[in-house]
Amino acid sequence: MCTYVTEQAPARGSGKGAAGWFPLTGLAVYFDHPVHAEDGHTLNIDFANPTRGASSRVAVELSAATAVDLVQAIAKVFAQVPADLTGVDPEQAARLLEAARALVPEPVS
Amino acid sequence: MRNGLQAGTVTLKGADGAEIEAYAAYPVDGDSPTTQAGKHGGVVVIHHMPGYDEASKEIVRKFASWGWSAICPNLHFRDAPGADSDDAAAASRAAGGVPDDRLIGDVAAAATYLREQSDSNGKVATIGFCSGGRQSVLAGTAVPLEAVVDCYGAFVLSRPAPESGMSVTSLEDRLPNLAAPVLGLFGAEDQYPAPEEVARLDAMLTELGKEHEFHTFEDAGHAFFAVDRPAYRQPAAAEGWRLVREFLGRHLGGDA
Repeated sequence: MCTYVTEQAPARGSGKGAAGWFPLTGLAVYFDHPVHAEDGHTLNIDFANPTRGASSRVAVELSAATAVDLVQAIAKVFAQVPADLTGVDPEQAARLLEAARALVPEPVS
Repeated sequence: MRNGLQAGTVTLKGADGAEIEAYAAYPVDGDSPTTQAGKHGGVVVIHHMPGYDEASKEIVRKFASWGWSAICPNLHFRDAPGADSDDAAAASRAAGGVPDDRLIGDVAAAATYLREQSDSNGKVATIGFCSGGRQSVLAGTAVPLEAVVDCYGAFVLSRPAPESGMSVTSLEDRLPNLAAPVLGLFGAEDQYPAPEEVARLDAMLTELGKEHEFHTFEDAGHAFFAVDRPAYRQPAAAEGWRLVREFLGRHLGGDA
């Protein structure tokens, strides 16, 4: 299936693509057919800067389980880093981690 | 050499007169399975959402090997001219997908391109896979065609959640305008389109008096034709291609 489910957000930071580093302007997250990964569907993330052309993109295609691991890892990092560096309350991040740990995808054929 | 073909990239004037690239293939000898003094029909191949990729081009060549001209317009060309197909697909998704009006214009241009070939018999069909399945049906409601093939197109009678940001609509209101016979090929294990949506579309086309035949394969889900993906199901794909060839042979002329 093509789920069409896509979430987009502005992005600030940098990515390293085929032509080296570039500043990011946006990201897209979607669960749909991958181009390269072996699963039928994957959690795909594009970090991009369309003003520099469509190839200014860092793309990943993750299994659902890996995507959940990523959410947990990010929450775990924010739970450990002082809020004055991130602007994120570590206690809230710890609650996010707790919620993310409850996400255990079932194997999908 | 017999049963030869020629294939390569061409330029089309698509919707709103904009130039887009397309991949075309033609039978080049006079010994193709189609007849009418060497004249033959054509097939517009509508690629899936992951883009204008190698698998889509291989399907274009398959039709030429069967004796029909075929062309696949790059529906993402405007979103990212000259980019790799995966980057262009990502850019298209970020822009909300391919607008229906633009799709209709691009398919109409591709159909005209086929009909203008000196060895065309004037008959053209569309075939689309995944999102292209829905777009094949959409084209059949707006472009003069001899036949339409829908391979597991989702959201023909429903639409994605509005928060998806995708410009995909239900085709229900357009179906009365469908003017070509439809071959629909689906997997029983698919959820988009789920068997219930396929059954509803089947009933709706019957009620509208539209010529169509639907086949749903057991032990197959979405994308069972895709040889480069884990969804590939050999029995469904083999029978599916046989049905496509027989259906197009009936409606495009020739006995390919």
